[in-house]
Amino acid sequence: MSTTFWIILAGAIATYLTRVGGHLVISRFENIHPRVEAGLNAVPAAVLTTLVAPAVLGAGPAEWAALVVTALVSLRGGLMPMFLAGAAVLIIARQFVG
Amino acid sequence: MTAEAISEGRTGSDFWDGVRLSMPVVVASAPFAILFGAIAVDNGFSVLEAFLMSALIFGGASQMVGIELFGQHVAPWLIVLSIFAVNFRHVLYSAGIGRRIAHWPLLQQALGYFILTDPQFAVAEARAVSGKPVGFVWYLGLGLPVYVFWVIESGLGAVFGKLIPDTHALGIDFLLPIYFLGLVLGFRKRPLWLPVVAASAAASIIAYKTVGSPWHVSIGAIAGVLLAVILPPHHSGIGERP
Repeated sequence: MSTTFWIILAGAIATYLTRVGGHLVISRFENIHPRVEAGLNAVPAAVLTTLVAPAVLGAGPAEWAALVVTALVSLRGGLMPMFLAGAAVLIIARQFVG
Repeated sequence: MTAEAISEGRTGSDFWDGVRLSMPVVVASAPFAILFGAIAVDNGFSVLEAFLMSALIFGGASQMVGIELFGQHVAPWLIVLSIFAVNFRHVLYSAGIGRRIAHWPLLQQALGYFILTDPQFAVAEARAVSGKPVGFVWYLGLGLPVYVFWVIESGLGAVFGKLIPDTHALGIDFLLPIYFLGLVLGFRKRPLWLPVVAASAAASIIAYKTVGSPWHVSIGAIAGVLLAVILPPHHSGIGERP
């Protein structure tokens, strides 16, 4: 077996551990403390924000326009209209401001 | 109609409900799968190895980082550690979604955690918050198309990588931030949403500038979660009696 294969396999095991690990730790406890529950409820907003914030900071006018349109559409529409509107604005805006 | 027939009909439509929600994810991740395959081959992976990495790890950002380090001939253990670091945020997803799927049979749970990606968590959590059950069939409908397309497109990228046109003009590099912003906004009705988003955004940007990527994800996430833990639980809508 090549080194590459072992890197892939070890990486896969490490990744699966992160995907199952949080549950394995939490499920040890009989009752979840209200503060822990509050923390878990904050997970989606907390983690997903970190995937957006640095990208927003480094963005230009085309990206900003796309994000604003995405935000506006998301107030009304579902996930797919939101995404398509944002992507369309981005592609069109980049033809002009690159 | 018997109860069995009703539940069977529900199962089918549950699956397709999930598939429908998976479509934006399939579209947004397609360029990255192809790009990953192309970069992998460029950095010395075989087509089979690129395919295997997508099939076994199934985590775009971590695969990109792994490939990049591999191309720079970094020590193997450091590559694995970096993959672990990039994927560390899944620990939080796992703890969060565990509450919703703990009633599934063990094997289904094991599979469910394997396909627990960013959008998988966000969409499943949003469904749980809206009061609908997070069933295995629905969850599979959401995750399976993303997985299948991810693996196939990685292979295609590895084989045909040289043919990729100007990715910047197509907006490919910014599709995922757009999608993730939509997901963040989808949770805006949750208690404490704005303070958590503000804390995570500030912490992740500071960490991005100082400590660097990928640690800004874990640091930013922990800042937002800690804020919710530190504030009295009633701010999070917990412990309120109707």
